[in-house]
This record gives sequence, structure tokens and C-alpha cells, in this order.
Amino acid sequence: MAFINIQQLNKTFTSDADQVVALDDLTVEISEGTFLGVMGPSGSGKSTLLTILGGLSRPTAGQVNVDGIDIYALGGEQLADFRREYLGFVFQAFNLIPYLNARENVMLPLAVMRLSAREKKRMANQVLERVGLLPRAEHLPSQLSGGEQERVAIARALVNGPPLILADEPTGSLDTATSQSIMDLFSELNADGQTIVMVTHNNENKPYFDRTIVLRDGCVAEDSATRPAAVACAG
Amino acid sequence: MTLESIVLNNLRRRKGRMVFLVAGLLIGVATVVTLISLSNALTADVQHKMEHYGANILITPRSDDLSLSYGGITLGGVSVDSREIRQADLAQIMTIPNSRNIAAVAPKVLGAVEIGSERVLLMGVEVDKEFQLKKWWSVQGEPVTDDGQIVAGQSVANALGLQVGDELVLRDRPFRVSGILNKTGSQDDHLLIASLPVVQQLLGKPGTVSLVEVAALCGDCPVTDMVNQISTALPGVDVSAIQQVVKTRMHALDQFRSFSLAIAAVVILIGALVVFVTMMSAVNERTREIGIFRALGFRRGHVMRLILLESSLLSLLAGILGFFVGMGATRIILPLMSETHVALHWSPMLASLAVLLALVVGCLASFYPALHASRLDPTEALRAL
Repeated sequence: MAFINIQQLNKTFTSDADQVVALDDLTVEISEGTFLGVMGPSGSGKSTLLTILGGLSRPTAGQVNVDGIDIYALGGEQLADFRREYLGFVFQAFNLIPYLNARENVMLPLAVMRLSAREKKRMANQVLERVGLLPRAEHLPSQLSGGEQERVAIARALVNGPPLILADEPTGSLDTATSQSIMDLFSELNADGQTIVMVTHNNENKPYFDRTIVLRDGCVAEDSATRPAAVACAG
Repeated sequence: MTLESIVLNNLRRRKGRMVFLVAGLLIGVATVVTLISLSNALTADVQHKMEHYGANILITPRSDDLSLSYGGITLGGVSVDSREIRQADLAQIMTIPNSRNIAAVAPKVLGAVEIGSERVLLMGVEVDKEFQLKKWWSVQGEPVTDDGQIVAGQSVANALGLQVGDELVLRDRPFRVSGILNKTGSQDDHLLIASLPVVQQLLGKPGTVSLVEVAALCGDCPVTDMVNQISTALPGVDVSAIQQVVKTRMHALDQFRSFSLAIAAVVILIGALVVFVTMMSAVNERTREIGIFRALGFRRGHVMRLILLESSLLSLLAGILGFFVGMGATRIILPLMSETHVALHWSPMLASLAVLLALVVGCLASFYPALHASRLDPTEALRAL
């Protein structure tokens, strides 16, 4: 059984006047250890897929199984526990807490865990070392460059050792050289067996993925792991 | 890194934002502390003054016989010579458990004397104590300073045509009218007043008194207890509380307290509104941050705890500062509200109450903002996703 199993996922946003179909009967299976790139034009449903996969937004219909857990069968607080134990988020805008320094930001997911202060610090230092930012651990986000902030965000996503990392345009606001080093870092993590799902519209990132799916109008239009005819959108 | 350290870091690095909340609550707590400490100090002041306001316990001989009326109070057996209170026994009054609440004990002997064709009530008093008890007495001339002097009530003076300095003979004993009591509107206007030993001798009642007025008062004095204690100490006499006086005094104090409490309640309500608005806007400003916490796996309860912890710490600070500011304000205002010097009492109870009040109001007013924060949709909060 696939590590992530998304079956007939639908998401419709309803406003006063009209309905917008963000995901349309989307079905994808993702194996453990995959570095999956989710690509596609703006409005194709990439970010919606990521929020649903991240347990942040309930689908209109369909099922999402991660490691055999039907995540939308979980209650609200259990879903929060799932996010803490299974997921690491890397956001496009880094989303670091401005009044916490790099180490404290990295330790955030551990704040609600029953671990000693020393253990939390050890775990944070370990991942900061991994992303090459241990010497900058005491700096506030405002004192770090964009690339450094992205590395802190990656360290934060890694600190609790989650089986799955979800990244939304992590290189979207970085220059080419910095983007490359960040993608190298993701690649290294993947080489160590980390499952990563990354949303991006940057084609230069494509070579780093070992599988790419392209979304169009809320369904899978292309999948590098499957023959094109087999994944063509129904509409 | 714990929830507590997130809160402390936030407060340490974003001080400006929270000054408003602390100030709002601080003003509320300080006002309550000021009103309560003012109320306590003024109540103590009023009690102190009331102790000089007059008697509220009356000791009379036990009698089923004839009575004479004085001051609207029926005195048993005053006209019957066989029943009097022994003056030596009065020392027992100061042995009761509540003796420290006794401000004055004023014994007096009463008897009718004839001046020409008029019958007049003559009262012998311990002059110092009587004048201490009846602050409202004012005398034209001088009060009684020696055994040969007498003070006449206004009505008696008018009826007998007495002037200050006149000679007056009572039962063959000459007196000089040293003063005339200004009109009191009470039965004191119908009295002749001389010193106790002289009147006892004149009336043939040596070592006895007709009645004793006791001023024993403070707001929390158990007057009925004291009545029982005096009854036990002095068997064979009637001891009664003048309920009307006590009730009037207590009513005045209660009204003052009620007024203070009403003002305090309004100010605290305003303080709670300030906390509510400040916390609500803080939550709205931190929507994105709360979204991050939720995305990282914080439960709703964790988010609520973050907000409530923050408001508790700020409320604690506001409570402590509010107490000191309130006491400072009382120190400044008190001399303006009282003619006499009133001591300011630093009460640990009031300090605890101030801190507790700040905590309760701060947490209650922050509860809805905290609930609102915990209910934020993480995807709405994280627009980036």
C-alpha cells in the first residue's frame, strides 16, 4: 500500500455568487521516500492539494490516507496531533515567528511535547547543524537573509523527525544560487529516505524530483510515473 | 521551548503593544483599591467620630415601679430612692471582654428639687465625661468647674430668669450659675447640672447613681454582645442598647460602602472592556502567527493557553502595580476628604484582593479572544498556503 493514498479528492469553494472547483476527482498514490514535485499553472489546485494533504482544510469529498491513517476521519484536536507527529511544513513566506530567534523557531513544534529543555535544545541544534545554521542560532529572523530564513524553516520542519515534509514554493522568493542550495538540501534529505511533497512552478526545480505531477483545473494532467493517456483529466 | 517561554518571549520583545492592556486594567484596579482603602479609612474616621457622638448603651436600675422619662427613654425607678446603682460597681464595666470598645462611661444621679414654686430636675454628672460624651453641648459662660457651680438648661434658665453669674439656692445650699446650656432641643434643656458628688449629697444618695450612659461604638462593635457582657458584670441592673443610634450609624456606613462598590463595579467593567478590546485586536494582529502554530501541530487548547497565559501575566502585573498606584492615590486624596488626620492602613488582604481581581477580570475578559484565536481556520490564517 502506498505511503500516501489520495482517492477521488474534490474541493469546491462556494461564494455568494458562484462555485469554484479547486480539485476535481483527484487520485494520486505516493510511495514512501519519494521526492514529489507538484507543478502546474496558477489556480490549478496545487496549494489546495497541499493544504488538504497537510490536514489544514477538509475536502468536499474524497479520502486522504497517510501511513494508513484516514486523516479526515480524525477529530480536530487529533488532526493537530497528526500534523505535529507526521508532518513538517515549509512555507513560501518562511513564516517564522518574528520575536523568536532561529533556535526558538526551530523548537516551536517541540513546545507542546513532553521533553526536557535540554533534549529540545539538542534536537534543535542537530537540525540547525544539518542545514548549516548552528552559528546563527541566536539570531532573530529579521537578522537573517532570505536563504537563511528558509533554512531555519526547513530545520523547523525536520526537528520532530516527521515522515512527510510538505513544501509550498520554498524557493519562490529566493535568488537562483540560494534556490539551488535549498533544493540541494531537500535532495540530501530525500536521499536519506525523507518523503517530500513540494509545490512549485519553477521548472528549474524539476530535475531534483524523482516524480513530477502536473495539475490542471484540479486534476492530474501529467504524471512522470504513468503513461500520459492513463492520467488525462476526465473533462 | 514551552508555551510559557513563547509567551515570555512575546512579552519581552513586543512590550509596547501590551502597555495599553496593563494600563487599562491598572487604572481599574487602582480605582477599586483607592475606593476601598478610602472607604475603609473614612469608615474608621466616621467610627472614631461616632464614638464621640453620644451614648448607645444605657444602664438603669432594675425596677418594676414608677418611672421618670429622660431623653425619650423611660428610666426605671429613678423617682424611687430605694433602687439605685452603686457607683463603686461601675468599675466592673471596664472588666468586660470588649472593654477596649468603650469610649466613655458617664454616670449621673437625678432627682427633683424645688425652686420656689417650680419643680426642676437636677442632674449630677462627672463633668469631664459628660462633656466628652455630649460634644454638641455648648455653654454660654463656663461649664461646671467646682462644686459650687451649676449649669442651667435653656428652658430652666428662661423659666427661672437665670443669668450667668446668678446665685441659686437648692435645699439650703448656694450655687453660682457658671453657664447656661445653649438650646439642644432635647430634655437637657429642662435640667440643672452640677457635679456628681455634690448632687449625690444634696439628694441624699451618696455613692449611688440613677443611670449610666455608655458610649461604646465602632462599626464592627458587637453592641448586643457588649450589653450582655455588662449585664453579667453588673447583676441587678437593666442594660439596654439604643438600637436606633446603632442602626442609623450602620446605615450611614453601609450607604457609603454601597456607593464605593457601585463605582468600583463600573470602573472594573470599563477595565474589562479595555482588556477585551486589546486582546481581541492582539489576536487579530497575530492571526498569521496563530495559523503557524496550528499548522505546526498546536491544538486549539494550546492556542487558548497561550493567550490566557499572556493575559494572566499582564493582569498579575496590572494587579500589583494597580495596588501601589491605588494606595498612592488614597494617600493623596485622603487628606482632602477628611478634616482630621486619618491613618492609611496597608492591608495585605487588600493587596491580595487587588491581584486576584486583576487576574479574574483579565482572564474573563480574555476568554472570548482566546476562544476566537483557537477557532481560527489555519488556512485562513496562513494566506501564504
